[in-house]
Amino acid sequence: MSEAILTVAGLTKHFTVVKGFPRPVKTVVKAVDGVDFTVAAGEAFGLVGESGCGKSTVARAAMRLIEPDGGSVHFAGQDVRAARPRALIALRRRMQIVFQDPYSSLNPRRTIGRTLMEPLEVHGMARGAEARSQAAALMEEVGLPPAALDRYPHEFSGGQRQRIGIARALALQPELIVADEPVSALDVSVQAQVLLLLKELQRRRGLAFVFVSHDLSVIRWFCARVAVMYLGRIVEQGPVAEVFSRPRHPYTVMLRDASPIPDPSRRGVLPRVVGEIPSAAAPPPGCHFHPRCNRATDICRTEYPRFRTEAGHGVACHHPHDAA
Amino acid sequence: MNPFLKRMASNPTTSVGVVLCIAIVLAAVLAPYISPFDPLDQHIIDKLKPPSSTYWLGTDTYGRDVLSRVLWGARISLVVSVASISGALLVGGAIGMVSCYIGGRADLYIMQVMDVLLSFPSLILGLIVVALLGPEMINLIFAIGLTAVAPFARIARAPVLSMKERAFVEAGRALGFSHIRVLFVHILPNILSEVLVMATLWMATAVRTEASLSFIGLGVKPPIATWGGMMRDGFDAILDAPWLSVFPGIAILLLVLGLNMVGDGLRDATDPKLAG
Amino acid sequence: MIFYVIRRLLAAIPTLLAVLTLVFVIVRIVPGDPAVAILGDRATPAAVAAMQHRLGLDRPLWAQYVTFMSHTLQGDFGTSMVTNRPILVDVAAVLPHTLILTIAAMIVGTVMGVPAGVFAALYRNRWIDVLVRMVSLLGLSFPVFVSGVFALLLFALHWPLFPVIGNANLADPLDVLDKLVLPATTLGIIMAAYITRVTRSSMLQVLSEDYMRTARAKGVPWRRVVWRHGLRNAGLPVVTVVGLYVGILIGNSVLTEIVFNRPGLGKIIVSALDQRDYTMLQGLMTVYCFLIVVVNLITDLTYGLIDPRVKQA
Repeated sequence: MSEAILTVAGLTKHFTVVKGFPRPVKTVVKAVDGVDFTVAAGEAFGLVGESGCGKSTVARAAMRLIEPDGGSVHFAGQDVRAARPRALIALRRRMQIVFQDPYSSLNPRRTIGRTLMEPLEVHGMARGAEARSQAAALMEEVGLPPAALDRYPHEFSGGQRQRIGIARALALQPELIVADEPVSALDVSVQAQVLLLLKELQRRRGLAFVFVSHDLSVIRWFCARVAVMYLGRIVEQGPVAEVFSRPRHPYTVMLRDASPIPDPSRRGVLPRVVGEIPSAAAPPPGCHFHPRCNRATDICRTEYPRFRTEAGHGVACHHPHDAA
Repeated sequence: MNPFLKRMASNPTTSVGVVLCIAIVLAAVLAPYISPFDPLDQHIIDKLKPPSSTYWLGTDTYGRDVLSRVLWGARISLVVSVASISGALLVGGAIGMVSCYIGGRADLYIMQVMDVLLSFPSLILGLIVVALLGPEMINLIFAIGLTAVAPFARIARAPVLSMKERAFVEAGRALGFSHIRVLFVHILPNILSEVLVMATLWMATAVRTEASLSFIGLGVKPPIATWGGMMRDGFDAILDAPWLSVFPGIAILLLVLGLNMVGDGLRDATDPKLAG
Repeated sequence: MIFYVIRRLLAAIPTLLAVLTLVFVIVRIVPGDPAVAILGDRATPAAVAAMQHRLGLDRPLWAQYVTFMSHTLQGDFGTSMVTNRPILVDVAAVLPHTLILTIAAMIVGTVMGVPAGVFAALYRNRWIDVLVRMVSLLGLSFPVFVSGVFALLLFALHWPLFPVIGNANLADPLDVLDKLVLPATTLGIIMAAYITRVTRSSMLQVLSEDYMRTARAKGVPWRRVVWRHGLRNAGLPVVTVVGLYVGILIGNSVLTEIVFNRPGLGKIIVSALDQRDYTMLQGLMTVYCFLIVVVNLITDLTYGLIDPRVKQA
């Protein structure tokens, strides 16, 4: 494994909600509750889980778009959480984000050209004609005609807008891209094209990715390693091939079975999804997953399992499936 | 033609409003050239003359020409309302935008202060402030502007709230843009049309408040012609010379009505529910 | 419901404190020296200093604030600089006149505005709707003193239907009514215009709801559907507007009282202005604060009565 570019340790983010009268009740939602992972330079790292499990919050907290409450984040050896505003801006230049919704991610009143040139100018990387030619190059890189620079976002389709969003993220020549569900708002036919584009960019520019998705098949195709999240914590982590072909955590098994692989030779039993994801405001005691787990025993109801790693494949479970 | 302008023009109310406003602005600008007499000249022998071919709208107790004074009075109404609403728009709009953008507790407290300010009747507020400051034009502008700060803070807040959730705002932060750039370069142009519509409607209120304060005797000092002040003078002579209060009253009414019509039309034209 | 009332009452206390603080701040941050404003530009420095001392303006700001708040909360609104009478005595003498006028205007506004709005919504884009919209636009463009002067010219001078002077004998209801009709109508016009507009748009929304169709489908006569089901649901925004504009009514009552020469808070304010009665102005502003807080409280409680959901919230 090459050098780590992003190291996240013990990351937490709590939201507090106060509600009620005459006795107000304070509820703490542990959206992210002690998350550790490492992304190597040029590596595609996936974060997968059901909606509401905190995977997007992890991605944003790592960039400090949301201020984390605890833990540490290091980018290329620099402490992100301790960075002063000026240093943070320099760091953010090296890690960029691509958003889920291509309709709200572009300012409707600015031409594509201005949207792409603005970051270059703000960071003093280029201005005027030079910025414009760089913007044109970015458009070509994401497969759009440079002539489209003078048009407005509403003149483009969802897939095209997502390409523009990617071009904007590339403008500052980052080393890491946080992709927050980058294809889940797109038509299935367009998803593949955008994924291919991202893959191509990763190869050509040597980009590292934190790829957030609820879609196992997308993660399986795009990422080298993956972390599975459940209610704010990572329950399993390891190389994609291992995690999905020989999952050890019962939750990962459930997710995998709910996401069929289009291969008749690997025909499996029908997905057995049990129950709903509980509220993050009141997670069950012990292992958060035990109410939905068919392997749960008494210890699961009282004690949260420790995260144990063997040969790069980690799991937090009292009764994991066999390692091979 | 621009579809926005087309929608506006197709609405007869708006067209009438625009014509009214333009006419009054022209009257104010051209007052020195088109008014038949000097608004301050006292024609001693022609006191309290009813409308005639010489004095189209009659003369007042000092023998001043009412038509000329009505034309010149438009200037005070327009200057005071435009200046006070521009000020309120800038200050209140900035407060609302920044407060909403910061969010959290600060926003809560700031908006509570604004709500308190909002609940106070603007006429009373304006009255007290002018009373304390003294009846000068600049103080009138300050007082009327003050009464409109809270409404603009509220008005600017709502669209910022929805803009703040858009990913392009977060993208701006990820790209290392300063908060000021995000707020004023990216969010502001997107909320401007809504705020300007409200500004037109509030301008109508400002005209009304200025006239009301002048009527109470807190307007720009005599002998300068103001519509509210003319009504006050006319009210004292209401039995002998009703035209003294009728004509400035109509002038005020037309300007307020015109602004309300334009504001209504603009709102209908920008309302996304009616668009398309 | 009792819980709701208690909660609202408790919530009104900080609002009251905030409004009073606002009065204090406004009176103090206004640039210029009240002492100079009272005495005029040509006053000697010694006279100004003496006036400052008399008004307590030479004391530190926080001390002025503490005195102001504690006196006010004990019901001491100060004494007039001119007459040396407690302000509350003067206010109490005329408050009924102002309240009667405001309440009457509110009734006029509601009685005219609500049916007009409902009919406009029912006959959307027909001539009655167009007429109602034009009249309401005209109505809310009338400054109160302009409509007051016009009404006076027409209905008291040209056709002498109503008296010119409005100082009624409160013991004689007929006399009160006679002198109330014109001012209350003038004052109620703006409110009627606003209520018409809000009722219309709120009713248009309600008319498109499913439960209206259901009520009609199960055989309830249409008129009953509109006035019972429709209006009850369209009523909430209307109450908000009534609450909001009571403040404006109170403000505009000053102008109405001047035009119709009625006794009331407005007349006191104007005479305080003429006499540069600084303490009186501050006291009156405090009185208005109390009125506003009470009006807001009543509006909130009315919500609870109309909308059963509010009580639980």
